[in-house]
Amino acid sequence: MKEISTGNKAIAKAVKQALPDVVAAYPITPQTEIVETIADFVTSGQMKSRYIPVESEHSAMAACIGASITGVRTFTATSAHGLLYMHEMTNWAAGARLPIVMANVNRSLGPGWNIWAEHTDAMQERDTGWLQVYVSTVQEAYDTTLMAFRIAEHNDVLLPVMVNLDGFVLSHIMQPLDTVEPGDFIPPIHLPHAIDVKNPTGYGGLTGPDQHFLFKWDIERSMRDSEKVIAATEADFAKRFGRKYGPTEEYRCDDADVTLIAMGTLGKEAEVAIDILRKEGIKAGSMRLRWFRPFPKLDLKGKEVVVIDRDYSFGYGGIVAHEIMAKCHCEVYSVIAGLGGQEVTYDDIAEFVRRRRIGTEFWFGVNAHV
Amino acid sequence: MFEIRIHSRGGQGGVTAARLLAMAALHDGKYATACPFYGAERRGAPIVSFVRIDDRPIKVYSQIRDPDLVVVLDASVMDTVDVLHGLKKGGRVFINSAHKPDVAGYTTYNVDLTGIALRENLVVAGSPILNTPVLGALAKMGVVSADSAKSAIRGMFTDEKNVKAAEAAYKEMSA
Repeated sequence: MKEISTGNKAIAKAVKQALPDVVAAYPITPQTEIVETIADFVTSGQMKSRYIPVESEHSAMAACIGASITGVRTFTATSAHGLLYMHEMTNWAAGARLPIVMANVNRSLGPGWNIWAEHTDAMQERDTGWLQVYVSTVQEAYDTTLMAFRIAEHNDVLLPVMVNLDGFVLSHIMQPLDTVEPGDFIPPIHLPHAIDVKNPTGYGGLTGPDQHFLFKWDIERSMRDSEKVIAATEADFAKRFGRKYGPTEEYRCDDADVTLIAMGTLGKEAEVAIDILRKEGIKAGSMRLRWFRPFPKLDLKGKEVVVIDRDYSFGYGGIVAHEIMAKCHCEVYSVIAGLGGQEVTYDDIAEFVRRRRIGTEFWFGVNAHV
Repeated sequence: MFEIRIHSRGGQGGVTAARLLAMAALHDGKYATACPFYGAERRGAPIVSFVRIDDRPIKVYSQIRDPDLVVVLDASVMDTVDVLHGLKKGGRVFINSAHKPDVAGYTTYNVDLTGIALRENLVVAGSPILNTPVLGALAKMGVVSADSAKSAIRGMFTDEKNVKAAEAAYKEMSA
């Protein structure tokens, strides 16, 4: 059914259809509408989930962990400082192999206090063992949330999934949304290591130096296996509902000399910039990075690469740019733009490509190559 | 692509007007996006929201810089905000006012939406509701079809007073 929806409401609608047994969350701008809408669904009886209001994000993730370990489907949502407050527990969720799905509405970190879009919040969760996907439209937010449950709960994955959407730019924009009837797209959850709540027993949880690394390797093995699960899930989604997704979304890349890489809404607006550049005779293409963990294999051979980072690692550089440089063994033109909701237009993006100086970093608005 | 910027004050329904307009455009078989500019706004402060309508999917997220149409729900914001900023040459301006606006260089339109809202008893918490009647005015200007405007209103509000107010604005529209 076609309607007009915000990104936040689209996520809430997908969650309602995925029928999680437990939702535990704490509201934070700009995520609030997600948990508010879900709470409405639950209180009005449209969604038969247990909604646990908690006093903090640390508790929200702890409650999700407690629920998930009993083998039930679990969802939460947060943003920025809320995500950071969860950090101890996000590591635990992945380490305990719990397929929790979380929407993270990307927002900058204070101070200076700021509620607008930036990816640094999720980047600080990069090494926790969560799968991370960044969406670029209201429709994609909805579709990806549905897929996230199936991917997380797949027996070859059993890791939590974080669906990232840009604060306000996507969380609050109203766009057409075509909802689907998921049917059996998401199979019933079966957690092989679920605890038996009717027969409680206690075990020492300590893993010694001779075993601990095996648990870590097992996470990495599943991360690698998740690539196949993601591809199969996206293929089945396309077959059933007609919308195709992949690790990246490529636009006019095939014959491009310059490949522009960005995540989230900037990666979508980049397509408008590509059309402008093409008219000028610059053979550019856009490769929007959708999945960030697991990090996809990118074929950038023979291309000049421009990367826009809506994040930063102080003392190092743009995080996506450096991951691409390391993974793809290439030099890039690294643009830092859109921090804290900084306005970046398609004209600005086109200009980044025109003025590219491979091997340098450029801070938009600071106007300095470094 | 047709780009609209709506000026209002926090609490007057400018964001809902944008949403209704996007929904009406969708009913017309077009693509539309609506987005408020979220700042540190509060009730009564001047705010803007944006609507884009196109025949193709819309990929632009940045703010509208050169709108085709400016809609002013509260003429008093014009004392402090340059509502014409960036308006395209040949662009149009709609102002909620009983009087023909004095805006040089642009085609202007006006309807007394506040008067209509008060007459139809469309008042919430002491404030006249402007977001549904404005749809009637914009339908008359050809931004969306009248039928789609009504469908969009009925999809969000059960009270037929909203549709009546839109119809009244449609009738009273003067160019």
